[in-house]
Amino acid sequence: MNQWKNFSKGFLKENPVFVLLLGMCPTLGVTSSAINGLGMGLATTFVLLMSNIVVSLVKNAIPEKVRIPSFIVIIAAFVTVVQLLMQAFVPALYKSLGLFIPLIVVNCIVLGRAEAFASKNNVGSSAVDGLGIGLGFTFALVLLGSIREILGSGKLFNITIYPENYVTLVFVLAPGAFIVLGYLIALINRMKKN
Amino acid sequence: MLNLNDLEDSKMAKRESSFINMVATLVLVTGIAAAVLGFVYDFTKGPIEVAKLKAQTEAIKTVLPEFDELGETMVLSPGEGQDSLEFFPAYKNGELIGTAIKTYTKSGFSGFISIMAGIDKDGNFSGYSVLEHAETPGLGSKMGVWFSNPEKPNQYVIGKNPETTNFTVSKDGGDIDAITASTISSRAFLDALNRAYSTYKNNKTTGDSGQ
Repeated sequence: MNQWKNFSKGFLKENPVFVLLLGMCPTLGVTSSAINGLGMGLATTFVLLMSNIVVSLVKNAIPEKVRIPSFIVIIAAFVTVVQLLMQAFVPALYKSLGLFIPLIVVNCIVLGRAEAFASKNNVGSSAVDGLGIGLGFTFALVLLGSIREILGSGKLFNITIYPENYVTLVFVLAPGAFIVLGYLIALINRMKKN
Repeated sequence: MLNLNDLEDSKMAKRESSFINMVATLVLVTGIAAAVLGFVYDFTKGPIEVAKLKAQTEAIKTVLPEFDELGETMVLSPGEGQDSLEFFPAYKNGELIGTAIKTYTKSGFSGFISIMAGIDKDGNFSGYSVLEHAETPGLGSKMGVWFSNPEKPNQYVIGKNPETTNFTVSKDGGDIDAITASTISSRAFLDALNRAYSTYKNNKTTGDSGQ
């Protein structure tokens, strides 16, 4: 398989957020600012990459009927590793993402890739797939977070762009997440048609 | 897309789902996961403690900037059945200048909020620092700056004393202006400060003062 295609599909063709519509809970929950989106995206990318690698390595040793519980344990272990590492070395980011990190375990993207790709492909392709999908997820979260942060609090990555008096508060709130996501999906569908 | 040979290979080689195989696999997978986590936990334990302590010391510095030494931490309960608060007496040149109190509220818009509040030796609030919260960004999250803006006396809590100022939002008949569009977060914030103050006062009147 063409590895570049395998990697780049995560950004547009099979973008987990805009096309597959997976992992909506963290997507809508954390993207109130660009930095949160970036942190969440990178944490998920790490988990995806590692779980894809391990799952593709052990796929033949795991009996068919217990594969889902085994995959979940592998994923949960990596999520806990990320959580501990973030808590130790980037406490500020850990503080702002807090609750959403453990939720990576139940993020359908991670289990979805393990089940649909890594359990059927070799290590190399699975690693590339995990990285591609993960970075595609990160790209989507940063885009969503940036738009919401600019419109909703007049800042981007915490740098003020215009005065707070002109912000449209709804964009940092839950409805704003749905509105921005809806328009982005429409835009991407339009682009994909051309 | 998928290489058919690869797929068949993996199907062929897959271990049979017999009872023994399944039990052995799950035991092995969970065992390895536990070992890896144990190792990482051990490795990050130190740095996590350091990071927590650093955040705490920094918070105490914000609320009582002049201190050079901390006394023994006290753990005091605000009332029957409530979680305790941590008290950090702060000294400068051996003299008590105030107490930093790690207080909390559970009534935030998104639940739990933890705040470090400083009370100077006259009983006035000397500052605060929000340690932990999950309030809405752009709204309730503004509590970090809103109540410490000296240009807006009606929302400024520093230097005020709950004895002389009514620490509830003006909507509820109090003396403090709530954050625009975040009355719930503001109420929660003041609830945490009131909890700190009443516990501080109780502790004083029960004769433990000076500690």
